[in-house]
Parts: sequence; C-alpha cells; structure tokens
Amino acid sequence: MAERAWYEIVRDVLKQHNVSLIPYVPDNVLRPLIELLESDPFFTAFSVPREEEALGIAAGAWMGGRRSIVLMQTSGFATLANQLASLSVPFQIPTMMIVSERGTLGEFNIGQMLVARTMRPVLDCLAIENHTVTRLDEVEFIFDRSIRQAVATLGPVCFILSPLLTGGKVFAA
Amino acid sequence: MTNISNQPVGREQAKTMNRYDITKRMLTHLHNDEAVIGGIGYSNFDLWAASANPNGRRQQNFYMLGSMGLAVPIALGVALAQPQRRTIALEGDGSILMQLGALGTVAARAQKNLIVVILDNGAYQITGGQKTLTDQGVDIVAVAQASGLTQSAWAADESAFEEMIDRALKEDGPWLIGCRIDNSKPVDTTERDPSRIRDQFMRGLGVKK
Repeated sequence: MAERAWYEIVRDVLKQHNVSLIPYVPDNVLRPLIELLESDPFFTAFSVPREEEALGIAAGAWMGGRRSIVLMQTSGFATLANQLASLSVPFQIPTMMIVSERGTLGEFNIGQMLVARTMRPVLDCLAIENHTVTRLDEVEFIFDRSIRQAVATLGPVCFILSPLLTGGKVFAA
Repeated sequence: MTNISNQPVGREQAKTMNRYDITKRMLTHLHNDEAVIGGIGYSNFDLWAASANPNGRRQQNFYMLGSMGLAVPIALGVALAQPQRRTIALEGDGSILMQLGALGTVAARAQKNLIVVILDNGAYQITGGQKTLTDQGVDIVAVAQASGLTQSAWAADESAFEEMIDRALKEDGPWLIGCRIDNSKPVDTTERDPSRIRDQFMRGLGVKK
C-alpha cells in the first residue's frame, strides 16, 4: 500500500473523530488538504473572510454537538488572541486549529517571519496545548491523541504544520 | 422581505424602540426551543434580563463575554450543527460593524434556519456613548442586502418587528431584521460565569443530558 501523504492522514483522523465542519482561511501550503476535504461529502468545508469568524463558527458548532477544526496560516493565528482568551478558554470550548507554519526555514517575507514569533508565546501563555508536526510518521499519533485530549479536557488544541512536514512555501529564487 | 406592513426603506424611517421591550417581545414569539446567541454589551444584558421567568431562566441562550463581533458566526455554527433548530443572533451595531464579512458568509451558506437581529442605537453605549458608523451613514440592512442577505429589512415599529419575527420563525431564511433602539440602561447584568453559561446552553440544546 502506498504511503499516505500528510493531508490524507489528517483527513482520515478527522473522519475517525467525526470532525466534519471545516471553516478556513485559505493557505497555499494547506491547499491539498483543503481540496481533499472539499471534495469529500463527509466534510462541510468553506472559506470565511477572517480567522476569528471561523473560530466563532467552530465554537457554535461544538455547543450544538458538531465537531469542527479551523484551518489558517501563521499570520491568521495572530488575529485570534482575543477570541481564544475570551471565548474558547474561559467557556471551555475545545477549539481545534491547524496552522501552516510560515516565518521559518526559508521564509522570504519579513512580515511573516516577525508575526510567526508571536504564535507560540500566545499559545503558551493561554496554556493551550500545541504541537509542531514535523514528521510524517508522527502525524497520525499527534492528531489522534490530541483530538481525544481536546474533547476530554474541553481545552483548545493547535497543530502547527512545520515546513519539515509540508515542504512549506519557498522563494522562487 | 416583501409583504411586510409599513416597511421603511432605510434606518432613518424606522421607529426608535426600547431594547428590553424588543427583546422581550422577541422571546414571547419563540416556541420551539430556538437557540439565541447574545452578543456583548447591553444587548446581552437585556437578553439575560428578558429571559428571567418564575421557572428559572431560558436555557437555550448563549451569552458572550468578549469576542466582540462573533454572535453571528457562533449562531451560524449552532445552525450548521442543528439544522432543524431555528437559531437567532442578537447583535449590536458596534459589534456587527466589526465582522461585516460574517453577513456574506451567512448569505453564501444560505443558512435556512438562521435569523440575525441587529439592535442599532448608533452608539458604543457601554463605553460612554461614542458614535458608531451607523450614526454616520452606514445602513446595516443595506449592507446585509448588498452582502446577499436579500431577506433583510428594518422593523418599522414594534408590531412590524413581531410580524417579521413570526415570519422568520416559519419560513426559510436566512433573515436579518434591523431594529433601531434607544439608549436606555439595561434592566439587569448577565452573570459572568462562562463555563456555566456554556453548560446550560448545551443542555438547552440537548447536546448534554
């Protein structure tokens, strides 16, 4: 059997855990995952104008009994500190996030490089579980265990997809 | 929104009503455990106040404590999770101005079971009454229509509002109803206990037993 790509593994784990609602703000690195989810009738995947809107939709869906994960890139995560601090964490809503990591390992945009530095401190100071996924052979374990943990502990979780896993986005030099 | 009596063309023609009274009227028209999402500030406080009754407080309400602007997205999430349940977002003008894109998202999803009620007093009242953009020419109903929410209208007065809510509860949405309101103080203050609010809401929606 051919080895599954990272985005196929993510799709399969989301399905196993009944995570079916996928509001996202587009990202080039996430494109294969987005295309996979949009073409699969199990998922309802659609783009929204802002990441905080996606977080709100996911929060409402959770309270209504439907599991959701939000997709975004690093700069988008930087818009979420207030919503995580005033909605997800205090209300004990297990907001699940996939962030494609920009700003490192070959970044060409200084703005992306700087805003990326804000991501882990925000996650850590809100005590939000987060994992940087770098290896294909760890994708399934990290996603499976962390989704279980988020649901069991009612705490948000953030999956940071490193360029080591995805290839990232490189400067066409 | 056709066939609504005395429908004003714009914000200026709509009667200025009372926030608590309008909220109370809205709640009296709910019959089937509809979900109501209260945005922040005084629209939230008056939803809390209007939901008190001798048997306790209405369980199917969610009260935000921050995350300004997210009442419509949260309501959309509830509506997507429970397509058989009518869901209402109760949002202020200052709040919706922060998240106008959400109106386009609701329109693009064509979410049949979603109703947005905008309480518009043209002011950031809780922070001292500074003017919002709706007091300077922005018409939220017109913005909603231009965002694709074709079933959007101003409530001419209280009885028109009740007529519109009744219709929105019966017929497919999404709907947006604009209410001009005054600057009265809210009747009560929402209890700031987020985990309890979330737990009660989920029980009210039948997600937790």
